[in-house]
Amino acid sequence: MSIQFKSITELNELLDKKVISPSELTQESIELAKKYNELNCFVTLNEENSRKKSASIDRNQKKSSLLSGIPLAQKDLFCTEGLRTTCSSKILSNFIPPYSATAVEKLEDAGSITIGKTNMDEFAMGSSNETSFFGNVHNPWKKGFVPGGSSGGSAAAVAAGIVPAATGTDTGGSIRQPAAHCGITGLKPTYGRISRWGMIAFASSLDQAGPLARNAEDCAILLNSMSGYDSKDTTSLNSDVPNFLENINQSIKGRKIGIIKEFDLSDLDTEVQKRFEESKNAYENLGAEFIEVSLPNISASVPTYYSIAPAECSSNLSRFDGVRFGYRAANTDDLNDLYVKSRSEGFGDEVKRRILIGTYALSAGYYDAYYKKAQQVRRLIKNDFDNVFKSIDLLMTPTSPSTAFEFESKGTQNPVELYLEDLFTISANLAGLPAISIPHGQVNSLPVGLQLIGNFLREDLLLNAAHVFQTNSDFHDAKPNLENFK
Amino acid sequence: MSWETVIGLETHVQLSTKTKLFSRASTAFGASPNTNVNLIDCGLPGVLPSVNKEAFYKAIRFGMAIGAHINQTSIFDRKNYFYADLPKGYQITQMDLPIVLGGSIEILTNDSAKTINITRAHLEEDAGKSIHDEFDGFSAIDLNRAGTPLLEIVSEPEISSAKEAVAYMKSIHQLVTYLDVSDGNMAQGSLRCDANVSIRKSGDSELGTRTEIKNINSFKFIEKAINFEIKRQIKILESEEKVTQETRLYDSAKDETRPMRSKEFANDYRYFPEPDLLPVVISDQEMQKIKDEFPELPTEKEIRYQEEYGLSLYDAQIIASSKSMADFYESAVASVKNYTLLANWFIGEISAYLNKELIEIHESKLNPENIAMLINRIDDQTISGKIGKSIFEEMCINGSSPDQIIGSKGLKQITDDDSIEKVVDEVIDNNPEQVEGYKSGKEKLFGFFVGQVMKKTQGKANPQTVNKILKEKLTK
Repeated sequence: MSIQFKSITELNELLDKKVISPSELTQESIELAKKYNELNCFVTLNEENSRKKSASIDRNQKKSSLLSGIPLAQKDLFCTEGLRTTCSSKILSNFIPPYSATAVEKLEDAGSITIGKTNMDEFAMGSSNETSFFGNVHNPWKKGFVPGGSSGGSAAAVAAGIVPAATGTDTGGSIRQPAAHCGITGLKPTYGRISRWGMIAFASSLDQAGPLARNAEDCAILLNSMSGYDSKDTTSLNSDVPNFLENINQSIKGRKIGIIKEFDLSDLDTEVQKRFEESKNAYENLGAEFIEVSLPNISASVPTYYSIAPAECSSNLSRFDGVRFGYRAANTDDLNDLYVKSRSEGFGDEVKRRILIGTYALSAGYYDAYYKKAQQVRRLIKNDFDNVFKSIDLLMTPTSPSTAFEFESKGTQNPVELYLEDLFTISANLAGLPAISIPHGQVNSLPVGLQLIGNFLREDLLLNAAHVFQTNSDFHDAKPNLENFK
Repeated sequence: MSWETVIGLETHVQLSTKTKLFSRASTAFGASPNTNVNLIDCGLPGVLPSVNKEAFYKAIRFGMAIGAHINQTSIFDRKNYFYADLPKGYQITQMDLPIVLGGSIEILTNDSAKTINITRAHLEEDAGKSIHDEFDGFSAIDLNRAGTPLLEIVSEPEISSAKEAVAYMKSIHQLVTYLDVSDGNMAQGSLRCDANVSIRKSGDSELGTRTEIKNINSFKFIEKAINFEIKRQIKILESEEKVTQETRLYDSAKDETRPMRSKEFANDYRYFPEPDLLPVVISDQEMQKIKDEFPELPTEKEIRYQEEYGLSLYDAQIIASSKSMADFYESAVASVKNYTLLANWFIGEISAYLNKELIEIHESKLNPENIAMLINRIDDQTISGKIGKSIFEEMCINGSSPDQIIGSKGLKQITDDDSIEKVVDEVIDNNPEQVEGYKSGKEKLFGFFVGQVMKKTQGKANPQTVNKILKEKLTK
């Protein structure tokens, strides 16, 4: 029997009934990854170690974790000890880390098997997975279409049923937007919920790891393992981690859901609007109440983000200098030449663009006008959220203004066009709030995502609302036809 | 035309924490290259810093000692620039909210006191070291020093001469070693400074154009570098030309300063708050604990030495002048009875030896137990003071204990009357002419007899006993 498209919960049942062993499961997952090689989800497969580890898993031994023997894929910006970690960049194309990211370590400690590292936008900079040094990832729903980004490889691998879940990171929407475009569930937790140790930084104050899975329940299983304070990341939150599965089934009757007045949805594709209205009705039928709320500063999210994120990125990416690790250009004259050539040859265009924007935003005479101003606006946006969450439990928006688009159809002339992909997702990163994207139907045979944003540390409410929606609908069960991919 | 010199110093003090400012790697000096380095120090992708609070406690102790304001909430910033020994491409430092703000330091030059105000002192990490001459065609990087905590102390431009600058650095040295903030070892780079020097016409209120002399690491070089720079700038001004604002390097071999980097390459450091670290908050309890555990300062020691050990102010000042001397003295004084004798040795022999060798006492082969033993042997007349001095010389060379030296060389003092009388008799018998001379009034010859007795006993005879017996025999 095939394990393709099975959720973690379903796989646990097969493992418990000994229909399949952890070894067989892992092997099948790897076979699927190879079979759908054309999707280009994976940068590196972890075949040998996966086989070894899965053979050593004994599900009877201890009180078995729900991840024991479950194959997972890790976004290729999580450092994995002894396993190449590239950030889909030429500059790290030969980098083998001597240590593992805390998030990966925790998932592996729970018994999961890392079968490979997934493709992504270079250094997580992009919304279409088109900036990868290792080539585009196809959307499993339509060949030649983007899976979204930056966690495009992870989203596509889950959507294609190769692995039941994968890790991603979300700086401005990089988990939620690809989850939406690929028709799966993706959660960006509260900033600090999951340690950033070992996650190669793009924008430190915005980056957050999270799960992509077939449904909200599986996201909760991963979140349970990944969360928690880490002394190696002093920005991680020292607060209790609840069992996110515990209240996932409870009724959402009486939940107050805010609709953001400032987001004018009438500009969107009418079908996208329709899906949104339908889901609103579905939630009303489940007992939720809708309230229109105002976040007066939210329209400044995109420019605010594109001042802060590139500024931090310009500094974070300085360590890729060809001196200690990574790509070093040959035949250089002196130290300066080594920097210039290694970085010019090692980084792609989008990364260079953001380094330039960020360097400019931080430079003498511009710092106050850009970076400092953006931080002030960020504070205002956060205050807006604090304010509305006094009277509501969740906010609801579309995840993305549109569905997946064709390769090279957006942003090639004007990068800003692609930056607007993040219109609905960015504000949660600026405010450090948790948000989830769930599939809620299709437009022109491509999945559409619905975003729920929660208050600080209230992933439980997000997962609950998402799960209840999913137990009453089957959008998340839709499977792409993969016949076109060899 | 008379000119006035204005100097401000930026002093880098390496804090004596066991581990680095943002990693748990050791800060020990002198390890093989790249052995005191962990993932964080080499700036690997994905690593994050975590703050070593011990560095904060030391910085706060310094701040309290100079009467500064302590920012109990302080933040780190990134200073961005590329250099091969700067692993992350930025240095984590403090810009807007440094841990120490204000305060002042007393300096003493030619017996006159002056107060130098401190602008601020902030914590930052050190860079690694580039080695350019060891590998043909390559430069090498040693990251052992990368991430070592530094306290950068910035003075107001209130220093008016090279001598004052040296006095200021000496005050800082005394303070940081006393506070156990730093080992103060200048040869190992634990204390170094950048000097901002400018010249203006006497009486002018506006400052002249300054130059910055980087990384001066000895008292001697501070004086020489600044004096060279003062002369150079005055010469420029006297020929009615303009001083260029630039960074200069002091070359001790040539005794000159020369431009280090030109202005075209001036860096824009693009400071911004370090997003990987939360603001560091020091609680009131932590502040109180630092106060409660505040170490004794030099002036407090001087008073205590006078009261407890009956030392003169002068002696107490000399002993308390350096932390290592005071520690050594306090450790030795615990096992001796004759405090004055011990103090005399510190002021005399020990200081003379250290000054001659230009070392600090903890760098010598001496240890407090051996010095206490030496004082006790002189005090209980096992040896004479003179023999004591020769034993001391040997202790300085090989670090052996006085008892060892006394035993192996048979230097124990001869105190019994019979043995000494026997030698005295021999001397008198062998020198009839001198005996005759002495008896006929040449009293100066007494010294000759003492010398002969000492010679025959290899200096071991107790001088008082020798005098007594000689007098008796010669006046018979």
